Amino acid sequence: MTNPQTLSPIVKYTRVRKSFGDLEVIKGIDLAIAPGEKVALIGPSGSGKTTLGRMLMTLEEPTDGTIEVDGGHLWHEEKNGKLVRAGEKHLHRMRGSIGMVFQHFNLFPHMKVLDNVTAAPRKVLRLSKEESRARALEMLDKVGLADKIDMYPSQLSGGQKQRVAIARALVMHPKVMVFDEVTSALDPELVGEVLEVIKGIAEQGEMAMLLITHEMDFARDVADRVVFGVEGRIVEEGPPEEIFGNPQSDRLKAFLGRFL
Amino acid sequence: MHTPWNEFVPLLWEGLLVTLEVAIYSAAAILLSAAGGLCRVSASPAVQWLAKIYIGLFRGIPLLVLLIWVYFALPFAGVELPKVAAAVLAIGLNYGAFGSEIVRSAIQAVPPGQREAAVALNFTPAQRMIHIILPQALVRMLPPFGNLLIELVKATSLIYFITLSDLTYQAMILRNNFLPSTAQIFGLLLVIYFLLSTVISTGVGWLERRLTEGRV
Amino acid sequence: MWDWHYAWSILPGLIASLGTAFSATFWGFIIACLGGLVLAGASRSRITAVRLASRGFVQFVRNTPLLVQLFFLYYSLPMVTGIAPSAFLTGIVGLGLHFSTYMSEVYRAGIDAVPKGQWEAAKALNFNGRQTWITVVLPQAIPPMIPVMGNYLIIIFKETPVLSAITLVETLLTAKNMTSASFRFFEPYTLVGILFLLICLAMSLLLRVVEIRYNRFTTGGKKESRKPAERRTNDKSANPVANREVYPG
Repeated sequence: MTNPQTLSPIVKYTRVRKSFGDLEVIKGIDLAIAPGEKVALIGPSGSGKTTLGRMLMTLEEPTDGTIEVDGGHLWHEEKNGKLVRAGEKHLHRMRGSIGMVFQHFNLFPHMKVLDNVTAAPRKVLRLSKEESRARALEMLDKVGLADKIDMYPSQLSGGQKQRVAIARALVMHPKVMVFDEVTSALDPELVGEVLEVIKGIAEQGEMAMLLITHEMDFARDVADRVVFGVEGRIVEEGPPEEIFGNPQSDRLKAFLGRFL
Repeated sequence: MHTPWNEFVPLLWEGLLVTLEVAIYSAAAILLSAAGGLCRVSASPAVQWLAKIYIGLFRGIPLLVLLIWVYFALPFAGVELPKVAAAVLAIGLNYGAFGSEIVRSAIQAVPPGQREAAVALNFTPAQRMIHIILPQALVRMLPPFGNLLIELVKATSLIYFITLSDLTYQAMILRNNFLPSTAQIFGLLLVIYFLLSTVISTGVGWLERRLTEGRV
Repeated sequence: MWDWHYAWSILPGLIASLGTAFSATFWGFIIACLGGLVLAGASRSRITAVRLASRGFVQFVRNTPLLVQLFFLYYSLPMVTGIAPSAFLTGIVGLGLHFSTYMSEVYRAGIDAVPKGQWEAAKALNFNGRQTWITVVLPQAIPPMIPVMGNYLIIIFKETPVLSAITLVETLLTAKNMTSASFRFFEPYTLVGILFLLICLAMSLLLRVVEIRYNRFTTGGKKESRKPAERRTNDKSANPVANREVYPG
């Protein structure tokens, strides 16, 4: 397998900081994700993992530092040779490469399952009704929900809702997808079906993934690289075998100790 | 004692028509609410500010005071309006302000996750509002708007003060002609207003059920 | 069009008339609060007739105009009962009865907002009915109600001009009398509008102060939200009682 680090990164955080008022949540992060690389982000609550993902999805603005996506700046654009805070048009352009699956699904309750998945291809990608439908059916089939297309989200189980959410995000073919603790809100017996789907997607290769998760077995299974953060800083990172098999730092050892 | 109910009907019927006329035109205030509510959550601070001023102004002045002012005082500033227009203007502006708050509240009640999902799928801000936020806000708006409409119909009784021949005004005329039946006349008046309100709540309830079919 | 000299001359009279408006507001509010309590209690009665009667009363009064109710009270009551109360008394009773129906809803919403688990915990600790209400339920139910009740105070104040229909000389009627004397309409009515606007603004600000203190009461001590990104707008939507508010304003 090619060393992912030799290709130019699809995502690059450089000296990123984030404060909410007086509270500094991200204290200077440098992180690069290679195209197609699966990066698991683990750490205790409050470590800022979700915020890192949200900044990539343009839901939070970094207080300092830059984020680059697919070679271009995300939060900044060039105007007259200078780097200024990006306007909505620029963000819209960059966002086309990024997708996100949320902890609480955020499906559109007023649309049926199929419409949830076709909404963005139709309105954002401006695809025809037929093509949107075809793409959506393909994705819903991939996540195992082709038979539920005419149901409303309220009629689905948590695991099913999350799978629809995954299909909805996938259908846009992003280059990098953020999975923000996507199984944390699920009943234990429903977690497996969602992880299976994500594993299947990971094995297909092309899309980079930022997996913010508490599921250590899953991270070990799917990730190419694991990043361990505490209180807004990266403490340790490396391949899963190293992180889980041979943790170096005391904090990582203490954190993993809880999961044994 | 004989209550000449038959005598009441013609005048009250005419009054009812005027009441309904003013109410329906004033309900155009709902369009103003929509504009006001959207402005209130606008991304532009200046637009928000303007909306806040409009809402604050017309919520702070009692409707009756506004109505009297529009009909009696405004002519001295050069603008003389016929009775119905004055009534519709006052009621419309006043209830438009309350309606704006309902719209604003409903929009802000849509869970933030919905907006975030729309951002994640790269909808433009306008698309987010039209396809994702407003459809969900609409259902939340219906019950308070239903109540508002009922209040609006009740408020039309105030046009009595500008001698517009609505239900209440006609009732007063009837009373002057049939003094012994005062209680019955006002009682009947109350019942008519009650029926109007019931029709509105039933209608709004039906609309709400239609819009949430299957969704809950 | 606008005569400053005349405007200044009538201002004291208008301001003086506010006394009647405030008085009517105050007493109307008291009657509404007490009446609302009675209605709320009656709505929970085990006797079906009482329950239906109070619910029916609430529905009927809320869905009919205050003006017509005032006419009914002022003109019909003396004919039927022989008692002829003053315009002021009729006014505050009319206001009180009308708004007692809204108040009963506020009380009901406030009580409903107390989580069922609280009642269950009280039962588990073997509190009797009275103790449950006084020690557990009311202390939790009342604080959220305060801002809403305050809002109704402002609403009642804004309704006082309607009392001019039954010849109560409050601010609007005072202005009307001035117009009859001077034939100048613009200044009196505009000043009335401005006065109401300013007073309502002041009352709203005062209410906001009360609301903020209430918020501090409920959220004080709570840890900072773990999801700072989901910060809610400073909005009434946090107050479960205010959410059920049905009167515009």
